[in-house]
Amino acid sequence: MFQEIPPSLCLVLSGIIFSIGAIGAITRRNVIVVFMCIELMLNAVNLAFIASGNAFSSMDGSVFVFFIMTVAAVEAAVGLAIFVMVFRLQGTVNADEFNLLKG
Amino acid sequence: MDAIGFKFILFMITALVVIVSSVLMATRKNPIHSALWMIVTFFAMAIIYLLLNAQFIAVAQVMVYAGAIMMLILFVIMMVNMDKGDEKETTKASWLFGKKMAAALLMVILLVELLFGALFYRMTARVGDYPADAVAAAGNAKTVGALLYGQYLFPFEVASILLLIGIVGAVVIAKRNK
Repeated sequence: MFQEIPPSLCLVLSGIIFSIGAIGAITRRNVIVVFMCIELMLNAVNLAFIASGNAFSSMDGSVFVFFIMTVAAVEAAVGLAIFVMVFRLQGTVNADEFNLLKG
Repeated sequence: MDAIGFKFILFMITALVVIVSSVLMATRKNPIHSALWMIVTFFAMAIIYLLLNAQFIAVAQVMVYAGAIMMLILFVIMMVNMDKGDEKETTKASWLFGKKMAAALLMVILLVELLFGALFYRMTARVGDYPADAVAAAGNAKTVGALLYGQYLFPFEVASILLLIGIVGAVVIAKRNK
């Protein structure tokens, strides 16, 4: 009966990982950990795409995940560059103290 | 033990590893510990991709995510040399309790929604042209390559331009202005 992996179980796992990433991104104040939780959310979406591609005998899932990984890599590079710049200005990594735009 | 296959047991064990290590990643005080648990999460997800017949994406996950992105994050953590996370102030008891209650409530809502969707939603889509054993016989990376250079050529070129913009932008942002 359970010879293959049921796709609904993979989608449940993807949802669980996404919620863990979302709550981590909202709750934590260290900017690097927030960034890692965002990457975790992107990984959850990757898992959903690949599970759906496997369930429907389609390679579109793999191709989409390829592009999501590309975008995630670019976002990591640019986001960490911005983070380094802000750290040089503020001297801290606590998100509560990044309030330069506050009116 | 004929009713439960080896793939399913391996998937359940790996899924448990993913959930535990991602929860540990999101809750550590030391950001280096978070980064190391993230690497464990990425490796476990690569194993799940292998179980789902996506061999090329599993290798790309290990190379790009667990290799390049986590190395970048660890470099930045050590360059910034934060001590244990700098989250020590505003740990009054009421504030902490309120935050934990909000997080727990959000988690419960999301999980209930998730279970509802998983139990009552039927996956309906048109079945594609690439069954798993035919793709595995021809080679998974070869099929993905044929699709990237065939049907998905324009997004592929746009992605390369995006990478170029990202590289140039990261250097420009982080440069010290004299």
